[in-house]
Amino acid sequence: MKITVNGTDTDVAANTLAQALHELGYGDQRVATAVNENFVPATARDAQELAEGDRLEIVTPRQGG
Amino acid sequence: MVDFYGTQVDSRLMLGTAMYPSPAILADAFRRSGAGIATVSVRREAGGDRAGGAFWDLIADLGVKVLPNTAGCHSVREAVTTAQMARELFDTNWIKLEVIGHADTLQPDPFGLVEAAHTLAEDGFQVFPYCTEDLVLCDRLVQAGCKVLMPWGAPIGTGLGLNNLYGLRSLRAHFPDIPLVVDAGLGLPSQAAAAMEMGYDAVLLNTAVAKAGDPAAMAEGFARALEAGRLAYEADPMSPRDMAAPSTPVLGKAFLE
Repeated sequence: MKITVNGTDTDVAANTLAQALHELGYGDQRVATAVNENFVPATARDAQELAEGDRLEIVTPRQGG
Repeated sequence: MVDFYGTQVDSRLMLGTAMYPSPAILADAFRRSGAGIATVSVRREAGGDRAGGAFWDLIADLGVKVLPNTAGCHSVREAVTTAQMARELFDTNWIKLEVIGHADTLQPDPFGLVEAAHTLAEDGFQVFPYCTEDLVLCDRLVQAGCKVLMPWGAPIGTGLGLNNLYGLRSLRAHFPDIPLVVDAGLGLPSQAAAAMEMGYDAVLLNTAVAKAGDPAAMAEGFARALEAGRLAYEADPMSPRDMAAPSTPVLGKAFLE
């Protein structure tokens, strides 16, 4: 299925957010996620189903002012 | 000591973590300045790219409090979602709330800022709002649940200093019990000292330090200025006057005509 990951069109076989993170290589990285502009906490990733066209944001700690 | 939402911090310097020439220089700037709070952000990362983890390790080694921001957010929804992601990533309820209203000046959007502050405070966040020195806006932010205010000195990254001394002084007088932090626009330690002399509780810097020729030395310079300015404030400065007044006694001067 086609979804958007951090602004890039991406094909994934995953059905849930947790599966998608694994498939996309995030492994044990410290990340936070949002689907369609809504925050999805780590505890809800297993239950968060993905659908065609979903917009997934995956962020990590970065420098800031 | 400054009290931010019940947390005592013994430095009056909040230091940003962006734009340093190297991670080692960033760490040196924190060490030499004694800054007690580091501001950080959240940004996209590709799978397998470990930059976020490496940065997090660097910040954890500094041993300072972390204040995540919502930098670059232009809407309430974007800022709220970013804050929620930051809370999970950094495991803190603190959030430096930025809702930008103008692309050229990076001026806060006062309307969006109040709405986002209210939403986040209701959700248990401890909000540090990046705001202007507008009294009415700051009143609304306090009503929304903010227990810290962070007015700009000048637009972010300009180094112009304290552009509206009257406005900043009024804010201090109007909110004697709210910690006030000058956030953004400072370029020189003298400007930070001036903020302290006005009774401000802290300043937040990034560009002034990171873009100096010697960032660590500049960070230390700011730390000393903050200490000097605060001491002056606590020492109850003399009142200025228009006419000269001799400091050496007139009485007893030799009569030599």
